[in-house]
Amino acid sequence: MSEVKFSKEHEWITLEGDVATIGITKHATEMLGDIVFAELPEKGSNVEKDGTAGVVESTKAASDVYTPVSGEVVDTNQSIVDDPAKINEDPEGGAWFFKLKIKDTSELDTLMNKEEYDKFAKETSS
Amino acid sequence: MEIKKTSLNKLHQSNNAKFVEFAGYEMPIQYSKGIIEEHKFTRSNSGIFDVSHMGQLFIYGDESLSKELEKIFPLDLKNLKQNCSKYSFLMNEDAGIYDDLIITKIDEGYLIILNAACKDKDFDILFNLLGSKFKMNLDNNRSLIAIQGPKSVEILNSIINGVDQLNFMTGNWFDSDNQKLFVTRSGYTGEDGFEISISNDKAEKFVENLIEKGAQLIGLGARDTLRLEAGLCLYGHELDINKTPVEANLKWAISKSRLSNGGFIGSKKIMNQIQDGASQIRVGIKPEGRLIAREKTKIFNDADKQIGEITSGTFGPSVNGPIAMGYVDKEFSKVDTKILLEVRGKKHPANICALPFYKKNYVKGVN
Repeated sequence: MSEVKFSKEHEWITLEGDVATIGITKHATEMLGDIVFAELPEKGSNVEKDGTAGVVESTKAASDVYTPVSGEVVDTNQSIVDDPAKINEDPEGGAWFFKLKIKDTSELDTLMNKEEYDKFAKETSS
Repeated sequence: MEIKKTSLNKLHQSNNAKFVEFAGYEMPIQYSKGIIEEHKFTRSNSGIFDVSHMGQLFIYGDESLSKELEKIFPLDLKNLKQNCSKYSFLMNEDAGIYDDLIITKIDEGYLIILNAACKDKDFDILFNLLGSKFKMNLDNNRSLIAIQGPKSVEILNSIINGVDQLNFMTGNWFDSDNQKLFVTRSGYTGEDGFEISISNDKAEKFVENLIEKGAQLIGLGARDTLRLEAGLCLYGHELDINKTPVEANLKWAISKSRLSNGGFIGSKKIMNQIQDGASQIRVGIKPEGRLIAREKTKIFNDADKQIGEITSGTFGPSVNGPIAMGYVDKEFSKVDTKILLEVRGKKHPANICALPFYKKNYVKGVN
């Protein structure tokens, strides 16, 4: 599996062959608070880089989930729809959101590595 | 304008509060455990809420004060017993609500608890109506602490002996730590609890004492989910200057003896609405599934006609599902009426339901 990359919208992405797995970061869940609702893109639909590809809601507010790369949705994680609290418990593991068959791997080059993201998250949250 | 801080601000900070600005004050939205844990702790144990941003208006005067206040509030104040509290409204001539409030009869006057965002304007309105005949003090030297939940009575009574004798919606002065505290048995969570008016310089120590006895600080986030489960209105959401108490389904708060003769500001409109019915009314709403419908969500009937709007909506941790309140046209206000909620461009099914969503645990009282 490839190195984990991160977007400025607080999504993480890993790549295995041409299939990317995408979720939201631990930092994002800490900012959101208790997550009580998740909506995922439809399997078979196409999503565009930086476009909306889902929604999470905390007790306080709703937030869009964006996709950091373009592609076709090949799988979604129904378990986080059924039990949204899982997103707070294991955001960067079991609580992934969706998998994409990606078109253009070079879209990953614009994303941040772990160190860059941690720095970005710290700067933007203070 | 500089943001205001309550006397508990440092204590909030040392308890890792996340702050938000609310009505010009820096207030804790939550602490490290988060809204759901704080909510559940209040329902099962005892939660402490800093509500010092709310207004504590003391009005003193002779026996003419009750008569003057009856021209303003739809209450039978002349027959209100000493130390008894009533929920009421400050209204304009059209019965539009400037603020909702709790008024308690005290020695030689009244204590009125006002919403933070409204308190200064309320003071001006009341001062203009009452004139300088009465002594009015919007007391900034006192903090207001709420303690709510089933263990609160035991915890508070161990610090202020005798509060366990208070009935729901009554209050009294108590001596503790060489000062006078005014304690009422009331709250905003659907649980048994108290509100304590205490001088600012004693507030921090008092709350630390409550924490030592097992109560925990709870933020405004859980205060909102708790009050929504209890079906209670929040000013600026369910209530505003364009809503009347009848539309808000709060006519129970208007004293029956005042409905026959009126004589209070807004009485004409209220009497008309009670006779003819209001065109829209506040209801409880339960979306099907897990969908959350927030404030301003449009409500439709099955013929695609808009019939209302959501005023508050969230996830109810004790109900374990989404809950909301809103206004709908009267013919759609019956319990179990099917409605549709437009969220992110799609219409989702929901049902009108009875309030509260969560059953109250108030201690029965004289009221």
